[in-house]
Amino acid sequence: MNAWEIVIGLETHAQLATRSKIFSGASTAFGAAANTQASPIDLALPGVLPVLNKGAVECAIRFGLAVEATVAEKSVFERKNYFYPDLPKGYQISQFELPIVQGGHLNIMVGQGEKSYEKRIRLTRAHLEEDAGKSLHEDFHGRSGIDLNRAGMALLEIVSEPDMRSAEEAVAYAKALHALVRWIGICDGNMQEGSFRCDANVSVRRPGASLGTRREIKNLNSFRYLKEAIEFETRWQIETLEDGGSFEQATVLFDPATGKTRAMRSKEDAHDYRYFPDPDLLPLFIAAEWIERERAALPELPVAKRQRFISDYGLSAYDAATLTASLEMADYFEATVRASNPAAAKLCANWVMVDLAARLKREDREISEAAVSAAQLGGLVARIADGTISNAIGKKVFDALWMGDGVNADEIIAKQGLKQITDSDAIEKLVNDALAANPGSVSEYRAGKEKAFNALVGQVMQAAKGKANPQQVSELLRQKLSTN
Amino acid sequence: MSLTILEVERIARLARLEVTPAEVEISCQQLNGIFSLIEALKAVDTAGIEPMAHAQDACLRLRADEVIYRDEDGTARALFQSLAPEAENGLYLVPKVIE
Repeated sequence: MNAWEIVIGLETHAQLATRSKIFSGASTAFGAAANTQASPIDLALPGVLPVLNKGAVECAIRFGLAVEATVAEKSVFERKNYFYPDLPKGYQISQFELPIVQGGHLNIMVGQGEKSYEKRIRLTRAHLEEDAGKSLHEDFHGRSGIDLNRAGMALLEIVSEPDMRSAEEAVAYAKALHALVRWIGICDGNMQEGSFRCDANVSVRRPGASLGTRREIKNLNSFRYLKEAIEFETRWQIETLEDGGSFEQATVLFDPATGKTRAMRSKEDAHDYRYFPDPDLLPLFIAAEWIERERAALPELPVAKRQRFISDYGLSAYDAATLTASLEMADYFEATVRASNPAAAKLCANWVMVDLAARLKREDREISEAAVSAAQLGGLVARIADGTISNAIGKKVFDALWMGDGVNADEIIAKQGLKQITDSDAIEKLVNDALAANPGSVSEYRAGKEKAFNALVGQVMQAAKGKANPQQVSELLRQKLSTN
Repeated sequence: MSLTILEVERIARLARLEVTPAEVEISCQQLNGIFSLIEALKAVDTAGIEPMAHAQDACLRLRADEVIYRDEDGTARALFQSLAPEAENGLYLVPKVIE
């Protein structure tokens, strides 16, 4: 009866991968000297007029198609009025009543392994808008410094329905969305540089009750902060309510240093944005042919690829989801399968998800920076699949490939003499030697200790320097132990 | 519909307009004059007519995604910042804003 239900909706700002800004011809390149990419339009000098960037519209159409939303035939740009020095016009050009993308959904995979489950998160809308500049608060003798290079960058604000019920689900959604925008090439997803940032609307309620008062956590630019902020905020809300208290709808900031959220805007400042259609911009009409052109240019989408991996390669839903976490990962996996063979797909999946992933993680590298190419890994898996080497020796070969000790698995296997011993006479000799040298283990096994068997296998493998076919070794050992 | 003095003061605050009580009084009367015109317009039956987002019945023109504004050496920036009340190290300086 003490149960609370957590309700979360996310608003995500994805900076679109356009070369120029949404309404001006200034560059969007990151890291330029302050205000050298702030054109008269971005500065809001008198007499200038915004002209919409076709590339930004293309990105929005592609996103709409990827989430199976309605791409609006007609959408309208409006002025969202507020005063802040990082927005020189005194308003942000955004979309309000008629956004370019309406509805849609994203299927997410939550949790790990067998406990994982799939969930559909509905999207409310996605709209085009311009970003604001940056305020720097340090070192200007009590003044704030304003850099307008970011002002006017194209953003797609993606709004979800309040469909998430835990911080874990919110993170899974944010990750799936992050993967998708990179997958379809509309956003570089660089969270440190602020290209992908989330606001989380969080409330709690008793199951079945109507929605509780929500607080919005602003500007979360890492998945870890997103999780920590939601966890702190929900604990705070539940404790406040259980203590008989209450709170008002508010905007809060998350402080990573303390792990706490704190209210940001007071009620007096409550925004009244006074949206109205921007008279500088006519309605945007998107013809059906344009939408079809974008549809044809889309790559195979994660959900379709996941289904194909399950049906073509016999992978589990979890494996398929893991391998389609990014386009790079999916491409690497498929290239590995091509270089080995489709029958070894499951083995390829394990090598990519376990061994390669662990190595990348340890060295803090992206899959594009892997020292072993998909062709090399495929060659390695092929040798495991055809019995040339065991899986354990495969790890040795993988390390050697990673260190650049050979151009392919075959070369390393030949050079280091790693070819598996499958000759039954040779294996029989190794087994006989091990039995003779370890009478203690033999009698323990006969007394019913299964562990003693593993010890004997270990002895044989050690004598064979790991190269004996493990299956043949255990079969022969069992046979000998039961007959002798 | 008509506006009250309080509403006019609030709109002025949101729009960062400094108005004297006398000006609020005059603005209130003038705005209400405009509202009476709107009342007349509202008498027209617009059922089934799609609202227009713009007075011109045309569609938006788009530009190609190309960088056409360049100021790598900061020449234009220096010019623009000469118009600003304060600038330093390429930044525009404003009264401290922090939340």
